[in-house]
Amino acid sequence: MTEIIKPSLEKVIVTENLTKKFGHFTAVDHISFEVNRGEIFGFLGANGAGKTTAMRMLCGLSKPTSGEGTVAGFDIHKQPEMVKKNIGYMSQKFSLYDDLKVWENIELFGGIYGMTDNEIKLKTDELMGRLNFESERDNLVKSLPLGFKQKLAFSVSIFHTPKVVFLDEPTGGVDPITRRKFWEMIYEAAASGITVFVTTHYMDEAEYCDRVSIMVDGRIEALDSPANLKEQYNARNMDGVFQQLARKAKRVDS
Amino acid sequence: MPKMIFMFPIMVLLVFPWAASYEISNLNLSVIDNDHSRMSHQLVEAITASGYFKITNVSNGYNDALKSIEKNESDLIIEIPQHFEKDITTGTGVKVMISANAVNGMKGSVGMTYISGIISNFNQSNLSKQFPQGAKNGLMPIQIDEQYRFNKHLNYQVFMVPALMVMILTLVCGFFPAASIVFEKELGTMEQMNVTPVPKFTFIIAKLIPYWIVGIIAISIGIIIAWLVYGLIPAGHFYVLYGFTIVYVFGISGLGIIISNYAHTMQQAFFIVFFFMMIFIMLSGLYTPVQSMPEWAQWIAAFNPLKHLTDVMRAIYLKGSGFGGLMKELIVLVLFAVFFNTWAVISYRKTQ
Repeated sequence: MTEIIKPSLEKVIVTENLTKKFGHFTAVDHISFEVNRGEIFGFLGANGAGKTTAMRMLCGLSKPTSGEGTVAGFDIHKQPEMVKKNIGYMSQKFSLYDDLKVWENIELFGGIYGMTDNEIKLKTDELMGRLNFESERDNLVKSLPLGFKQKLAFSVSIFHTPKVVFLDEPTGGVDPITRRKFWEMIYEAAASGITVFVTTHYMDEAEYCDRVSIMVDGRIEALDSPANLKEQYNARNMDGVFQQLARKAKRVDS
Repeated sequence: MPKMIFMFPIMVLLVFPWAASYEISNLNLSVIDNDHSRMSHQLVEAITASGYFKITNVSNGYNDALKSIEKNESDLIIEIPQHFEKDITTGTGVKVMISANAVNGMKGSVGMTYISGIISNFNQSNLSKQFPQGAKNGLMPIQIDEQYRFNKHLNYQVFMVPALMVMILTLVCGFFPAASIVFEKELGTMEQMNVTPVPKFTFIIAKLIPYWIVGIIAISIGIIIAWLVYGLIPAGHFYVLYGFTIVYVFGISGLGIIISNYAHTMQQAFFIVFFFMMIFIMLSGLYTPVQSMPEWAQWIAAFNPLKHLTDVMRAIYLKGSGFGGLMKELIVLVLFAVFFNTWAVISYRKTQ
């Protein structure tokens, strides 16, 4: 791999009282946090806690009702398209084009991010080799097994070397071995300097993060490294921490 | 969506019975009066007094009048010869020539029947009494020389096929784009696109280009079938036909994209498309001439791109009109295309 970049104090994501309301319902309630460059930042919370809504605001998919935020140095209110140039995004739902081939998907998204044809070709070759994907290159994406699809979706989301990649429950529905491999890819990405912002339901995955925030009812209830959180809540693992915090939730899971 | 559910029965039952009427009225008449006599004026007055005809053009010669038909300004031409009055008074009898634009066969022949009726009435009530000598040899003072223009055999297929081609284009290039973005919304790829820095304009253009190709293929198949099965070959140039097709497809698929942008689900998109298609097809002049509809329905039809292309296709196929004669329609269709696509780009929201 390339040189290992340790999390630096350069702030890649900064939010200040970020809020999103849908009518009378406050999905995200004045959240403030910072994420450093190269960090793996875990974003935890029960269903309906507001994780996805918060993430969508940071990605420029949803307009905040109030509060401030910058991603990769760009204001999410005023420069959403600049934010988009500098991030990668992988949603819960697999969302590459099923009826395009593997290489066509890569070319499409690479092209949208303004990569040159040559750059795309070289990187595609490198990627196919690294993932042992050479035989799948000309296959339609819909014919791939789920584990492959997820690896591909992640690879496409960081193909243009964004400053930050947002992963929304990236490992939903895959087996533990594939999950393990997936996290290896996340580590590699973080080591190359890409900041990783990841939501998850799996508490073992939370342990892999540099820092973790836990959302309850639209607010951030806890934010620290997994080790510190376990000490603070006197729990053996992250699951223990999560259980204690999630019990406070008043919102009924829809 | 609930609005549409109310609008649908209201539109269908309040608009269509008027618009889809088979009664022909408001026929446009071009008059060539070579006599300028009291009697020729009387005849023209008798025709307009019937209420079926509007004089839209007064020409000096037959060629001028024919041009007004090419431009769709008139449906029938009546040519009153020189010495009209004199020949009637002397009892020689006179021939009035009537040419009907038979592109729309039904309209042409119905118009012809009306005008013949009016003239024979005029013969009997006004002239036979005044000039009984004309009727002596069993001839009416005024006789009619009937001519059908552009579709001599009053072949209904000739009239329908070009219009049906427009319907095909509308269905193929209006329906599928309407499904396209909604489909991606349901699939999740839309969100993936929205999180990229792709400019809105680029995205919409990329969505439209396939329909251009599809439209050109569809119309080409149409042209081939029209030729093989019905023996129809456009009287005009192919480049005019394809030129209009491209402009039209651009506009109608833009409308599809707009629908797709607003709809949340496929069902919604299909319902809205169905709604528009009904109105567009009914008010296109495909079955019943738009001119015979009440004025308010004509106003709706004026905003119907389908109606304009239907006129254009018939004109290209039957009259051989070129861009020059169809300039008005070209401008209208370009305006539709620009309007729909601007709206399509604006209504596409990358950020909710």
